[in-house]
Amino acid sequence: MALLRRQLAEEREDTGALLELRDVAKEFLARRQRTKAIDHISMLVQNGEFVCIVGPSGCGKSTLLNIVAGLEHPSAGRVLFDGRPIVRPGAERVVVFQEPALYPWLNVRANVEMGLKIAGRNGADRKRLAERYIELVNLKRFSKAYMHELSGGMRQRVQLARALAVEPRMLLMDEPFAALDAQTRDVLQQELQEIWARTGATVLFVTHNVREAAILGDRVFVMAPAPGRLKREIGVDLPRPRSPDSHAVVDLAARIRAELEHDIYAVPSPEDSYAI
Amino acid sequence: MPFRVLRVVLFYLALLGLWQVVAMLHVWPKYVLPPPNEVWDSFWTYLRSGRITDAVEISMRRLLIGYFIGLVAGVLIGMAMANWKWVDETLGSAVLGLQSLPSVTWVPLAVIWFGINDKAIIFVVVMGSVASIAISARSGMQQMPPIYKRAALTMGASRLQTARYVQLPALLPSMTQGLKLGWSFAWRSLMAAELIVATVSLGQLLDLGRSLNDMSLVLAVMLVIVAIGLFVDFLVFGRIERFVQERWGLAT
Repeated sequence: MALLRRQLAEEREDTGALLELRDVAKEFLARRQRTKAIDHISMLVQNGEFVCIVGPSGCGKSTLLNIVAGLEHPSAGRVLFDGRPIVRPGAERVVVFQEPALYPWLNVRANVEMGLKIAGRNGADRKRLAERYIELVNLKRFSKAYMHELSGGMRQRVQLARALAVEPRMLLMDEPFAALDAQTRDVLQQELQEIWARTGATVLFVTHNVREAAILGDRVFVMAPAPGRLKREIGVDLPRPRSPDSHAVVDLAARIRAELEHDIYAVPSPEDSYAI
Repeated sequence: MPFRVLRVVLFYLALLGLWQVVAMLHVWPKYVLPPPNEVWDSFWTYLRSGRITDAVEISMRRLLIGYFIGLVAGVLIGMAMANWKWVDETLGSAVLGLQSLPSVTWVPLAVIWFGINDKAIIFVVVMGSVASIAISARSGMQQMPPIYKRAALTMGASRLQTARYVQLPALLPSMTQGLKLGWSFAWRSLMAAELIVATVSLGQLLDLGRSLNDMSLVLAVMLVIVAIGLFVDFLVFGRIERFVQERWGLAT
């Protein structure tokens, strides 16, 4: 048994990381032209970490997340989850989407149970787990409600509960709060911090909101566009829970923003062209 | 609400009154336009002799079996057409062709294949309803938000699970009209087949009325068919529509 495990470990080229991206690139074929959406992406995500990827829209951060989800395949490079290549989507890497990807014909509880139903869990298990996670996202009163009766923020909570209910090893969040109003977003960011602390989930969180990245991340990767690359990694060592208005968070957000802006304004200035 | 009911009742009473008056003017002979009371008498006579109830029972049984087979096959074919391009290009073109074929044209073939019996008629009903249901299922799949499938996939769903738990129920709102269309095509096919394949049935009662020059019977059977149609529309499709409005929260 021990021998087998050692062999497996060798085959899996263990880095100890839960997620390992090695020189990942993705090309799209658009109008007969190959366009690189992302290029040379390498990163490690450890168990229990909260990693944010922040970048302007169109920088390929959602593509990156989709590759980790297994919904898209990289054109080059390796993507290893727990040492094994990712070939298809799986319940160990559940996605929380920006749009409320919920099922209108099911009520809140049935929606949260969906992943468990797919996993073939029995009715009693499904009910118990669904109720636990519905309570965790503070929707207990609404477990019989249908999707059109819920606000945008509540729908995202349902999505979060549904993702957590299958107890994934990694939660992939694709700008989950981007379509919400500012107040709701603030509340959900605070709640997500609490939930993360209580569940110990590993999270890969994609956003274009620098403040959000500063509040949530243990580490923040700044992405630069065309093609999407990881430009800078910023370790965040601030105590939690972090308030959006604390000086430290505001300073950090400013730092991330400076990194982003540097890139956006990196067009050659007139002086530069005269100098040539 | 009471006013709306009253309005409907008044409309039909007026229609009935107009019919009675025209019939009593004897513009046309009675075998061309019998008055409503004779239609009612005819209905009552055939109902008491049990011939209408027998016919309704047999016809409805054929219709339900045929429609059910057409529904299951149509939804499966439509989903397959939306899922695999090669199915759409091969079977899909056949389905389109089938839809342009009036279902009554299947009757001679069905009689030769199955004989003068239930099977032949059920076959015609299936062939009449399956194409419109398949086409409606395919377009429903294409209109479905792709995020439904992606969400299921990231929760680890297989293709079969995605189809069963997600795509099938998600088809309901876009398919409500298609289901109704399939039902009315099934009815048409049934009547066409029953008029030709003479076994005890509503269609056969119609044909009997024609051959006896008994216009009252013909009209009575037609009214029975209309009544069944309205009843099913209200009971089944009305319920589906209300369910969709309730769950999806579409404006009523």
